[in-house]
Amino acid sequence: MKNEAAKALLHPLIDDNPVTVQILGVCSALAVTKSLSTALVMCVALTSVLILASTTISIIRRHIAHNVRLIVQITIIASLVIVVDQLMMAFAYGMSKQLSVFVGLIVTNCIVLGRAETFAMNNRPGLSALDGLGNGVGYSLVLITVGTVRELAGSGTLLGVVVLPLTADGGWFVPMQLMLLPPSAFFIIGLLIWAIRSWRAEQVEVPEYRVARAEEPPGSTQQWTI
Amino acid sequence: MANGDTHRQPRSWPVRQVRRILDLPNDDLRKTLLVTLAVCLVCSVLVSFTAVSLRPLQTAYREGERKQYMTAILDAVPGISDLVEGMDPAGLEERIVDLATGTYADSIDPRAYDQRRAAQDPSMSTELPKDRDVAFIGRRANYATVYILRRRGSIELVILPVHGSGYASTLYGYLALEGDGQTVRALTFYEQGETPGLGALVTNADWQAKWQGKRVRDASGRIRVRVASGKVDPAADEALYEVDAISGATVTSQGVSRLLQFWLGDDGFGPYLQRLSKRRG
Repeated sequence: MKNEAAKALLHPLIDDNPVTVQILGVCSALAVTKSLSTALVMCVALTSVLILASTTISIIRRHIAHNVRLIVQITIIASLVIVVDQLMMAFAYGMSKQLSVFVGLIVTNCIVLGRAETFAMNNRPGLSALDGLGNGVGYSLVLITVGTVRELAGSGTLLGVVVLPLTADGGWFVPMQLMLLPPSAFFIIGLLIWAIRSWRAEQVEVPEYRVARAEEPPGSTQQWTI
Repeated sequence: MANGDTHRQPRSWPVRQVRRILDLPNDDLRKTLLVTLAVCLVCSVLVSFTAVSLRPLQTAYREGERKQYMTAILDAVPGISDLVEGMDPAGLEERIVDLATGTYADSIDPRAYDQRRAAQDPSMSTELPKDRDVAFIGRRANYATVYILRRRGSIELVILPVHGSGYASTLYGYLALEGDGQTVRALTFYEQGETPGLGALVTNADWQAKWQGKRVRDASGRIRVRVASGKVDPAADEALYEVDAISGATVTSQGVSRLLQFWLGDDGFGPYLQRLSKRRG
């Protein structure tokens, strides 16, 4: 039982990371990682929604009719997201303005629905909460990495504190404009996946097909040899 | 009642009903409906409760932000703070007006729009033909920033940016009209380079105070508000519309008249003011 709990919590960190292995939640990872602070707030928001949604759905899992289960799950997730959004507007107004629609879009984040459907519907509430926490932290690890790289390389700061003084302010660091644009998060996540799969080779997927060698028409090679 | 029965208290009616429903198979239509409804009910109560209980905190933030924005306008727009002095600045709004139609152009962000720069940009301004260029400004921006001060929903004050040629410089100022668009509340100039002691008296508070209450048009619709060519006889009909000239600054005085004529006319805010008074009537 202890093993089970440890697995639910730790497995999603690297071995089954929602972003780098399942490639879920990438959309928000692009949008909110321009600075580390927005990334951190998004991590807290998503993790809390994930834990609460998984726990709630797991509690009522035995009484949800099979054919309306997705509707019920989304209703619960959407309500929790609204609550988190409202809380942010009340206690962190500036941050909620920066994150704008992205907190609301947690509803459509595949990680939340994915965990509800594959894990919470089949497991005890306690275990589901741990699974939610593990996946939230796994998502957070990727966002924090991407956010750190982007803010450091793009603006020379971390959490708004100057780390690399910019040339514009008399320092030496020339910021990489690309890092301020969403596509840079794609590159960083791509490189991250590459790094993790070189370290954990078992994550590399078996190719779905191989390119077959084209058969050479007889005599063709000789015609082109001069 | 037998003694043994008190130990095994029968469950109350609602608990028994809930148990009965929960014991139904999941795919039973009644259970599906009831469980789904219950989930929706709990969720809506949760959402409503959070939204309502947190609203005061959120409004406080929004108000603070709006105040900050208003202070920023008042700081950024020279001369406007005098116009709205003593009034509640929270009712101040910044809007963009399409001068040709007189309608609001809400697709343009007022904070990003710079009317003076737009007036220099051929793609964002209109060249004025000589005979209509009353204020001698050459080009006129297609959109103008106006400030509206509301009180209890109705427009209290409309503040229009105006400019035109004086004697040695271009005069930039604000014309504040009452909500009817027909009565002058104030006219101020925040930027001018007229002769000190003569034309520069357009910034004189006493002279500016004379504008208050002047009517823009007469009954026939002709724009009559202007600087007189001398002193105005308070008993005459002109006193409704005209203000004393600045002595020794004839050209500046005429410049002010002309810029009012232009900006209140059809090439200026005429269409917009017409819409305002129509909506009011």
